[in-house]
Amino acid sequence: MERDELTGILQVLCPMHVMLDGSGHIRAVGSTLQKLRPETPMVGARFLELFEMTRPRSVTDMAGLRAASQTRLRLQFRDNPRTTLKGVVVPLPGSDGAIVNLSFGISVLDAVRDYALTSADFSATDLTIELLYLVEAKSAAMEASRQLNLRLQGAKIAAEEQAYTDTLTGLKNRRAMDHILDRLTAADPPFALMHLDLDFFKAVNDSMGHAAGDHVLQQAARIMVEETRQQDMVARVGGDEFVLVLMGLSDGRKLARIAHRLIERLEEPMPFDGQTCRISASIGTVISSAHDRCSAGDLLHKADVALYASKRAGRGCHTFYSPDLGDMVEDATSESRADIDEGRTLYGGTAA
Amino acid sequence: MHGLINRAIQAFFITTYGAERWVRVTEAADLAFSDFEAMLIYDTDDSARLLDAMAVELDRPLAEVLEDIGTFLVSNPQVESLRRLLRFGGVTYVEFLHSLDDLPDRARLAVSDLELPRLELREHTKGLFSLVCHPGLPGFGSVMVGLLRAMADDYGALVMLDRKSGGDGQDVIWISLVESTFAEGRSFDLGARAG
Repeated sequence: MERDELTGILQVLCPMHVMLDGSGHIRAVGSTLQKLRPETPMVGARFLELFEMTRPRSVTDMAGLRAASQTRLRLQFRDNPRTTLKGVVVPLPGSDGAIVNLSFGISVLDAVRDYALTSADFSATDLTIELLYLVEAKSAAMEASRQLNLRLQGAKIAAEEQAYTDTLTGLKNRRAMDHILDRLTAADPPFALMHLDLDFFKAVNDSMGHAAGDHVLQQAARIMVEETRQQDMVARVGGDEFVLVLMGLSDGRKLARIAHRLIERLEEPMPFDGQTCRISASIGTVISSAHDRCSAGDLLHKADVALYASKRAGRGCHTFYSPDLGDMVEDATSESRADIDEGRTLYGGTAA
Repeated sequence: MHGLINRAIQAFFITTYGAERWVRVTEAADLAFSDFEAMLIYDTDDSARLLDAMAVELDRPLAEVLEDIGTFLVSNPQVESLRRLLRFGGVTYVEFLHSLDDLPDRARLAVSDLELPRLELREHTKGLFSLVCHPGLPGFGSVMVGLLRAMADDYGALVMLDRKSGGDGQDVIWISLVESTFAEGRSFDLGARAG
């Protein structure tokens, strides 16, 4: 077969081939391979000066290349873009030349873009177009799945948000508080925990009805949110019981000011349906600092002890926890909390 | 029916007729929701009721609405990825027509649980083809008419289409290619990749 005939056949079957002569110069080149370097005519150039052989690395001349006919070649352009190519070499029978056929391998996605290749650049049996189709189809399907995942994630967050939220007041619930306290006590920044109990709430609820009670709880929640900062946490942990976590605060005077301000605002008359609801609040506060580490359970207990002291002091009070208070509680075990709730004194002295 | 198909119907309807009418259609079709997820599978009856409700809402024959859906699938930028995937079928409109035989397989390669009816292209004389749409997806033949027409525009070819309902849910679409390079057509860049 004449060399021209062979080249004609190769153009159709292998548009990325080169035919080399014995000295390693390119005698013929496939149209697609030439398209990768439109400015540099490949015919006449030395193959190994255009391409760097990366596997096997030992190939540096024509003899070496011919000897590599049993291996998969890996090479790349010496100039930019340094596209990586796969190849196979076949020695030309009856001469010392060879044919090298190249393909993009996995770099085909970039190559199609870098060189603006079209279907016509690939032989009819080449699977590249199918590969590109598949990549695009899978990307589109993956994107659709990703969108679904995002929406599901959003729904999950919304559901969790709801599960951590007290639906009446919009505050965090006990579950949320437990999570936050566990995290805080493990991380140990200074913070203060206030246990707040509304005074006379039961009376409002009993005498004016549940709607008034709900209204009072919502107003109280609003006041607590307004009197705390964005980073603080306000949770409703029982019927008329609240826990406030004040981040980074360990200054007693500041905390006392916040507590008194809370009580003051909660004592303001709340109009509802032509009537006026009046409540107050008792607060017990405990400070968690680096040298006084407690578990979440301990903190809640101490805040509760301090709250109890406030109740005993006649309501509308704020008390800081101190170890002495513990004894008072022990002394008072016979006196149930419910009895104290029925007390008549609205305003006692404030302990701070 | 596959969510991708339902989702395409939804995209078509909302884009063309607005979200308000879409909600009305889903209510008329007795669906408990108005948003289809592309990657979930839905009850086939739901989709059938949905299409009927669409035809009633628009006061147009269902076949016409389905043809519009086929056109939308190729020509609307929202579903550009589908148009690109179809263009991978061939460099010319005739090559594209021949690639339709593989369409269900191509669809399954992309999304393994997406089942499309078998398609069969026959070339009768030069420029005269028939496409047999086998049963399996009611209305698919009408969608294909719209899709074939829009793809002809995409390739810049001039075609005449005629759908004949055969027996047992099988449609035959007659395609006569008047001119394969009638207009410029839209460009197709292999490496562009639809976002």
